[in-house]
Amino acid sequence: MSVSPANEGGRWRALSILGMKVGKLIATVAITFLGLLVVTFLIGRVVPVDPVLAVVGDRASKSTYDAAYIALGLDKPLYHQFFIYLQQALSGDLGTSVLTKKPIVEDIARVFPATLELATAGIILGTLFGVPLGVWGAVRQGKLPDQVIRVVGLIGYSAPIFWLGLLGLLVFYAKLNWVAGPGRIDIAYEYSVTQKTGLLLIDTAMHGQWGAFRNVLAHLALPATLLGYFSMAYISRMTRSFMLAELGQEYIIAARVKGVAEWRIIWIHALRNAAVPLVTVIALSYAGLLEGSVLTETVFAWPGLGQYLTNSLQNADMNAVLGGTLVIGIIFVGLNLLSDLLYTVLDPRVRRRT
Amino acid sequence: MKHFSKLVAAAMVTAALGVTTSSVKAETPPDTLIQAWQIDDIISLDPAEVFEFTASEIMGNSYQPLVGYDVNDVSDIFGVIAEKWEVSEDGKTFSFTIRPDLKFASGNPITAADPVYSLQRAVKLDKSPAFILTQFGLSADNVDQKVRQTGDMTFELEMDKAYAPTLLLYCLTATVGFVVDKELVMSHEANGDFGYDWLKTNYAGSGAFSIRDWRANEVVVLERNDNFGGDAPAMARSIYRHIPEGSTQRLLLEQGDIDIARNLGPEEISALADNSDIKIEDGIKGSIYYLGLNQKNEYLSNPKVAEAMKYLVDYQAIADTIMKGKVKVHQAFLPEGFLGALNDNPYSLNVEKAKELLAEAGYPDGFTVTMDTRNTPEITSMAQAIQQTMAEAGITLEIIPGDGQQTLTKYRARNHDIYIGRWGPDYQDPHTNADTFARNPDNSDDAASKPLAWRNAWDIPEMTKQADAAVLEKDTAARAEMYVALQKEHQDVSPFVVMFQEIEVLGLRKNVNGFIIGPSFNDNSFRNVTKTE
Repeated sequence: MSVSPANEGGRWRALSILGMKVGKLIATVAITFLGLLVVTFLIGRVVPVDPVLAVVGDRASKSTYDAAYIALGLDKPLYHQFFIYLQQALSGDLGTSVLTKKPIVEDIARVFPATLELATAGIILGTLFGVPLGVWGAVRQGKLPDQVIRVVGLIGYSAPIFWLGLLGLLVFYAKLNWVAGPGRIDIAYEYSVTQKTGLLLIDTAMHGQWGAFRNVLAHLALPATLLGYFSMAYISRMTRSFMLAELGQEYIIAARVKGVAEWRIIWIHALRNAAVPLVTVIALSYAGLLEGSVLTETVFAWPGLGQYLTNSLQNADMNAVLGGTLVIGIIFVGLNLLSDLLYTVLDPRVRRRT
Repeated sequence: MKHFSKLVAAAMVTAALGVTTSSVKAETPPDTLIQAWQIDDIISLDPAEVFEFTASEIMGNSYQPLVGYDVNDVSDIFGVIAEKWEVSEDGKTFSFTIRPDLKFASGNPITAADPVYSLQRAVKLDKSPAFILTQFGLSADNVDQKVRQTGDMTFELEMDKAYAPTLLLYCLTATVGFVVDKELVMSHEANGDFGYDWLKTNYAGSGAFSIRDWRANEVVVLERNDNFGGDAPAMARSIYRHIPEGSTQRLLLEQGDIDIARNLGPEEISALADNSDIKIEDGIKGSIYYLGLNQKNEYLSNPKVAEAMKYLVDYQAIADTIMKGKVKVHQAFLPEGFLGALNDNPYSLNVEKAKELLAEAGYPDGFTVTMDTRNTPEITSMAQAIQQTMAEAGITLEIIPGDGQQTLTKYRARNHDIYIGRWGPDYQDPHTNADTFARNPDNSDDAASKPLAWRNAWDIPEMTKQADAAVLEKDTAARAEMYVALQKEHQDVSPFVVMFQEIEVLGLRKNVNGFIIGPSFNDNSFRNVTKTE
């Protein structure tokens, strides 16, 4: 079978367009990361904290202090320090944490799964509840359910998560004993779980350790519900407003005139269209949770990225801060790309434009 | 839509049931001690580097020093790894004999080669606590000659001067003097690093417990050391969990998920007092809370102002109401329990007296100064109380809150007006605090050593000589007198408002017994802890 020159030309054109797109994407991502690193690096250097103190403490002799100062490369000009860091980062070496004395990559691989597990559980709950509640609120606009959902959302939005966390622990852990306390897993199970992914729910399920699985779930329930509530408040609010906009559109009236069932109008027609901007809302909420909710992690003694980054920043452990920032950058860029991709799937107009 | 409402309600109930798993009320295992503590200050497990409170306690329970002391009477010094020691006639050389038949957790026997290597290694690595050893004239260049093995079980340590004999012994009780397993550490040596890269996250000791695991900001796990030379501990494991919040620790303790809570705030302590499952235990620590008045500030450099400020702190009210038993009033730089400690507290809140002194100083209407304040709840509350009483005499005290490292950076650069600080002694000899509060050999901005007197730009050549003389005095009673005199003068004239001595307070489950709270964190011991059913 022969290929016509016209077809071949078209294929080449499509390939070159794809190539350009990929090139543009790589350039955007590279510039984003470079900007991220420059800003974080500079912030780290202008913060009025002596990074040597984290290494040698307050009592060290001058010789000890000077040796650490040189070991950290602080004797070199700022641009030189940044260049060295960049060179190492490009070769996959994010340096060593002065606090944990371990490679940053290893540290992040240890703390990130804890945050990932919590944030994923949180966003699943937030979406599962937020979207239906938002739809319900929009459908019953101004009526009692709508008012109740808005008030519940407002509490989730405005009450400090720190306070809600402590209150939740007091009620559901200390008084009712429905959930397990702070931490990811009971000490009794701590060393019996074979960690492959660092996501304890998956690790325990993979190895059929159901006792440990239930324990992990009992620990996860409260903080995940709390983060779920927090993101639900936002997601339901946005769903409601997107749905209100859609339900006022002419095609909805047309569908009703044609006698389409109400559930079909809401769930198939209106929500399908509202889902397009909603994807961005959910993706950004998820990214926000993945950054590590510092306060939630503190209250629940959750050894995640938020706690790690805060502690590193307070001690001017710049390698750790830069490494953590890179991870967050990757998450944001990745989720943005994902939501762009979902846009094209959900919205045929975007598909055509591209 | 009716169906839709029901559907949503049913989905919510199902999901709620799905996520809330009924958990069995926990009891900690009978052979495991679980403590909740804020352990994010641990940066190393190498005794040559450890200087932080939590890591010191872990070292104290997992390594052994050459000598130790009775925590109830620190003047009673005894051998631990050392069986005996002698001091040469000129007072400069100590000869130690090692106790026979001791072993490391690895099974390697302890010989004189181990303490010699440990001391040489700590000096050569020159990490934060190395100054505790190098102050005896030891350096990377001479330590091989000055710390020398003289037999299988004997070695000598030669100092540059004939210091008071207890000074060296107390310094050897600090974590930097702990003995590491030479053979094991050397087997992990890489590029001449004395095994540092390995030991900072591993273990090579001979204490009652061995360190099995440290996950930064998460957990430290210790296990009973079956090769320990003393009585075997009742606990098979001891676990520290990183729980940063005092209120969370309280909940865990009440639920029985932990045995001991280490960071309870005054509120939590009060709340737990009525709980019959919990007991509160405390012990006096060596840390001192003080205000440092920078002598570069024109107001604060006036001695009358410094004196007035000592009358503008409501010491007793802060100790009783804000700190609720976590401090006691103490106004001299040596903590109670130290040789020569002065336990007089001559100052109390007296606004009229302070006003008189301010008028004499030429500031009858007061002035405005700032105070760099670490943003912990307790330090902040103390600062606010002091702000109020200072205002009564017309002094406007502006509190500048900051993170610990941030305020410390400013303090070390002498850029503060007033700094509210906490200082813990490095070892049990009085020189440790005299060296920082009452010595300032060089007050220039680029001085090599930066003791607290330097940080507050207090130039004291005469007092420095007195402190130097006290550290060389061999007669213990005469030496104690010298420190008492030094503290009295310091109390009168120094730009330090020494306020409190710390009391460590623990919340324990009722069935936990035998935890020893020592004067320093490496004296805290859970070796004798038992749990009744």
